[in-house]
Amino acid sequence: MKRRTLLATAALGLSMAFGGAAGAQALDKAKACFVYVGPIGDLGWSYQHHQGALAVQAAYGDKVEVVWQENVPEGADAERVLTQMALSGCNIIFTTSFGYMDATNAVAAKFPDVKFEHATGFKREHPNVATYNARFYEGRAIQGHIAGKMTKSNKIGYIGSFPIPEVVMGINAYYLHAKKVNPAVELTVVWAFTWFDPAKEADAAKAMIEQGVDVIASHTDSTAPLAEAAKSNGAVIGFGQASDMADYKPSPRVSSIIDNWAPYYVKRVGEVLEGTWTQTDVWAGIKEGEVEIGEITSVVPADVKAEAEAMRDAIAAGTYHPFTGPIKKQDGSEWLAEGAVAPDGDLLGMNFYVEGITGDIPK
Amino acid sequence: MFGGIDPTLLIASLMVASVPIILAAIGELVVERAGVLNLGVEGMMIMGAVCGFIAAVETGSPVLGFVGGAAGGAALSLIFAVLTQFLLANQVATGLALTLFGLGLSSLLGQGYVGIKPPLTGVVPFGPLADIPVLGKIVFGHDWVVYLSIAVVAAAWWVLKSTRMGLILRAVGESHDAAHALGYKVRRIRMLAILFGGGMAGLGGAYISLVRVPQWTDGITSGAGWIALAIVVFAAWRPWRALVGAYLFGGITVLQLNLQAAGARIPVEYLSSAPYLITILVLVIMSSGRGKAALNAPASLGQNFHASR
Repeated sequence: MKRRTLLATAALGLSMAFGGAAGAQALDKAKACFVYVGPIGDLGWSYQHHQGALAVQAAYGDKVEVVWQENVPEGADAERVLTQMALSGCNIIFTTSFGYMDATNAVAAKFPDVKFEHATGFKREHPNVATYNARFYEGRAIQGHIAGKMTKSNKIGYIGSFPIPEVVMGINAYYLHAKKVNPAVELTVVWAFTWFDPAKEADAAKAMIEQGVDVIASHTDSTAPLAEAAKSNGAVIGFGQASDMADYKPSPRVSSIIDNWAPYYVKRVGEVLEGTWTQTDVWAGIKEGEVEIGEITSVVPADVKAEAEAMRDAIAAGTYHPFTGPIKKQDGSEWLAEGAVAPDGDLLGMNFYVEGITGDIPK
Repeated sequence: MFGGIDPTLLIASLMVASVPIILAAIGELVVERAGVLNLGVEGMMIMGAVCGFIAAVETGSPVLGFVGGAAGGAALSLIFAVLTQFLLANQVATGLALTLFGLGLSSLLGQGYVGIKPPLTGVVPFGPLADIPVLGKIVFGHDWVVYLSIAVVAAAWWVLKSTRMGLILRAVGESHDAAHALGYKVRRIRMLAILFGGGMAGLGGAYISLVRVPQWTDGITSGAGWIALAIVVFAAWRPWRALVGAYLFGGITVLQLNLQAAGARIPVEYLSSAPYLITILVLVIMSSGRGKAALNAPASLGQNFHASR
């Protein structure tokens, strides 16, 4: 035991001595690299990360070289791409999809001087790996409120990508807030098992519309569900996901969740330049400006719009948490007591539906 | 209503969902019957998707969009034709490269067209016919490309089976040396077949970007070309079977999403894998009867032809 402590202390001391020295070094010029899971032309998730990358370029000009690669599959290919980037002199690498988690940590072990930033993950196995995420569920709560008020058929839908905590969290927040304002509401979840497949996303939306769903939220990356909803001549509405998707205003897109990564990227690359970068785990939301709520259009009645904006402001002010008890799990067991607020740990590992949602989460 | 799903709507939407795959598959089927293996279907489809989209947006006419899509696919296939028929490049490698090239080029061409809505392709007005219960929705409720796709299958079947042109095409695919000895222009016939295949794939791609998902985004075809390729093989190079395969695949894809939306108590994992499994199973069983499927493969498939005499 003692020896282990000694070793650990020694290792810590060593890494402080070397890592610290290397980390404290300010750089004249940095190379910031970005890895995207889809094309930057998806107008959703990857597009928005790329906007952050462009903001880094704009903020530092000649001092930073920005490099990116699109359409990198999650898995073995990601490791190859990351290794290539690290070898080519990247000082900081942003890996922008959940599925890059293990690849990021594996490559980080081999390149201790390169900083790695993994989006939406939770593994930080090495001191040069940081994680960052956004509280998308805050935006989902507001969408749920609008959905509950706007639905005429009392059927609302959610296109899920993969059954991971982030998506389950979104479904629960969406349903809870729809249910709150409209007790008769029923939620239909369709799993697409893809982040990006426009034809399949459109088919999923179409299947829901045929089942009578008239408000669709999606957790996939393209604008296809909105394009499908647009064919209904205003009968079906939806939301912009990850990006504003303003082309579909004022209907079917009645509001949106915008992921604003730019401030975080600019800050972190700045820290690399100054030599002050340290490992962090950031989970920012509406309050910090990382999650923005896109304009609520004129299709939504003024009172509903005002309520939605009030909720947004309450979340921003920290006076309201979308997961505030009493909330029961799907099986009827208690999750949050009256007035209790969900701890972050529960949210990040969320693998259950809340009471009232039908169907099972795929394993 | 059947388990919460309206079969009429289901059949109507599976017909729409299958159009891109049918068009691409029937094109590839003709190409393979002529003895050429073009693995670049995915690349030609996405070129058709972007060219069709650009043409439709610039001219404001969806019909010209489809013409543009077919032209785009055919133009890309011309590269393949020149490389494999004149320069005798390896067909497998060239086809794969064509897909990669098509994906990249389409992304470049589409740069300025992201987020634009194309002119809509309307439903063919059949007047009172469309109001017939059940049949009206299934038979008379579609846009013209749906009817075109079925017509193309029928035409390909008839031409291959009953015309001199079809006989020559098949002869070239079975034994290019014998066809050459008889005086047929093997290279020219194959060129034309490849162009037809490219045009059909392009048309299928344009259907995705103009009708099914009316928008342009990078990588919009996401694998439809590979499905079309697989269907040609599993359909044992027969046009009607390719249609059955495409409808099965499209149908089960739509059905599984509908089942999910209707809240069916079947694990999603099974539903998601069902289109692939069932399509392959059914087509294999269909082709395993009297004539063995492998024997249906054109004998010269994938072999380059060089007239030595």
